[in-house]
Amino acid sequence: MGEFLIILVSAILVNNFVLARFLGICPFLGVSKKTDTALGMGMAVTFVMTLASIFTNLIYNQVLIPFHLEYLQIVTFILIIASLVQLVETVLRKTSPALYHALGIYLPLITTNCAILGLALLNIIKNYDLVRSIVFALGAGIGFTLALLIMSGMRERLEFADVPKVLRGVPIALIVAGLLSMAFMGFSGLVKM
Amino acid sequence: MQSSTLLPLIILGGLGLLFSVGLAYASKKFAVQENPRLSQILDVLAGVNCGACGYPGCRAFAEAVVKGETAIDGCTPGGAESTSQIARIMRTETESAEYISMVAVVRCRGGRKEAGELFRYQGLQDCDAAQLVAGGSKACPYGCLGLGTCVQACFFEALSMGDNGLPVVDDKRCTGCGLCVSACPRKIIQLIPRSAQIYLACVSQDKGKAVKTVCSVGCIGCGLCFKPKVSPSGTITMDGNLPTIDYAKNGTDLLVAVHKCPTHTFVDKIVHRPKVSIDSKCDGCGICKEVCPVNAIEGEKGQRHKAIIDKCIGCGICVTKCPLGAISIVGALGYMEER
Repeated sequence: MGEFLIILVSAILVNNFVLARFLGICPFLGVSKKTDTALGMGMAVTFVMTLASIFTNLIYNQVLIPFHLEYLQIVTFILIIASLVQLVETVLRKTSPALYHALGIYLPLITTNCAILGLALLNIIKNYDLVRSIVFALGAGIGFTLALLIMSGMRERLEFADVPKVLRGVPIALIVAGLLSMAFMGFSGLVKM
Repeated sequence: MQSSTLLPLIILGGLGLLFSVGLAYASKKFAVQENPRLSQILDVLAGVNCGACGYPGCRAFAEAVVKGETAIDGCTPGGAESTSQIARIMRTETESAEYISMVAVVRCRGGRKEAGELFRYQGLQDCDAAQLVAGGSKACPYGCLGLGTCVQACFFEALSMGDNGLPVVDDKRCTGCGLCVSACPRKIIQLIPRSAQIYLACVSQDKGKAVKTVCSVGCIGCGLCFKPKVSPSGTITMDGNLPTIDYAKNGTDLLVAVHKCPTHTFVDKIVHRPKVSIDSKCDGCGICKEVCPVNAIEGEKGQRHKAIIDKCIGCGICVTKCPLGAISIVGALGYMEER
C-alpha cells in the first residue's frame, strides 16, 4: 500500500507530467484559459490515461514480449491510444451525451497528446505491473489536472492584472508556466524513488 | 530471416485489424440516432464551411436549423437553391419569398494613379494594421488602402488585387456572403443586387474641394445625380455629401447618373448597352426629344426624329414615353468581362 502511495504522490507532485517532465505542454497552454475547460480537459486526460495504461500494459506484456517485438512499442502504443480514444468517444456519445458534450473537442485532441504516449512508455521503462501502472496513470492524470487547474486559476487572475503591454497574452503565460514549474521543483525531496 | 520481417507485419496488422473491427462494431452498436433531416440539410448546403451564416461550419448551421434556432436562409453561398431545398425538408415556407442574389462591389476607384499617398507605409501588409498607423497612408481618409485584407477574407477566391492597387471582384465567383464586407476596416465593400450592375464607387463624405485634392475620381458631392431631372423616382438620395442608392427602387435613374456624374464616380459594370432606334411610325411630336436626359434625339417638329447612337445611353426613358410606340431598343448587353 505504501508503495502505491509513493507512486501516486510522485506522479502528482514530484514528477508532475506537465511541470517536471514537460509532457502535454500543448493542452497546458491551450486549454488553461478558463477553469471549467481546464477541469474538463484534465478529467478527459485522466480517463484516457488510465484506460490506455491498462491496454498498453496488457498488449506489451502479452503480445510484444512473447514475440520479441519490443521495438514496435511506440507504433503499437499510438495505434492503441488512437483506437481507444475513438472508442471512448463513440461509447460516450451513446451512453452519456452530457459527458460527451462536456469533454467536447478535447477528447479527440487527446489522441495526439504526448502525455499519454509518455505515460505508456514510462510504464515500460519503470517495469510497472498492471496494478502499479494503473495507479501511476491515475497519479499522472491527477497531476495533469492539478497543473491545468493552477495554471487556469492564475491566468484568470492575470486577465485583471496590469501586465506590461509586450508581455500580454502568451508571453506572460509562458513566464507563469516557468515560475510554476520552478515552484514544483520544491517537491523534489519529498519522495525518494 | 523471413519470420523476423513477417512477424511484426502480422502482429501490427493483426492488432490494427482487431481494433478496426472493434471500432466498427462499436460504431454500429453505439450508433446515435440523429435527426434524419440534419444530414438532408447538410446535403443541400453549399458545404464549404465558410462561416458566412455565423456558425462554425455547415454542420453547426444545419443543427441550428433543425432545432429551429435560426432562419433557414442563412446559407448565402447556397443561395436561393439551398434555401428552397431546406424549406422543403423543414416543410416550412421560405420566409423571404424572393431571394435577391447579391454581389460585392468595391466602392473606391482611387488606385495608385488616381489617389495620393501621405507617407510610405512599410509595416505589416494588412489593411487593419495600416489603418492603425496614423489612420492609413492614403491621402483620402475613406479610400481603399489596397493591402488586400478583403482578398484574404474571401473564401471563394472571388477577390484579387488589381494592378492599380485596388481589389477586383470576380462576379462569377462571388456568392455575396459578405465576409469581405466585414473584413474591410474602411467599410468600402458593399453588397448590391446582382441585377443592379451600377454602383457609386466612392464612400467619401468630404466636401468637393477636400476630395479633389486627394483623389481625381472621388465623389465631390455636387448633387447632379440627385437632381429631380436625373433621378425622378428618388432612387438616388443625398446622405450628407454622398449620394446613396436605394436599390429597391431601381429605376432608370442610375444609368442616367452614370453619364451625368462629372467625376465618373458611378460605375456601370455593363460596358455596352443596347441603343434606341426610331422607326417610320414617328410623327415628330418631340416628346422623346424633351425627355431624353442626354439630348441624344434630334429632328424638327413634325419630321421623323433620329437617335444619335453615339450619345444614346440606352436608358429607355423615351421608349416608355413615345405615344406611337415608334421607339425600340436594339442590341445586346455587353459585360465587362467580355471586353
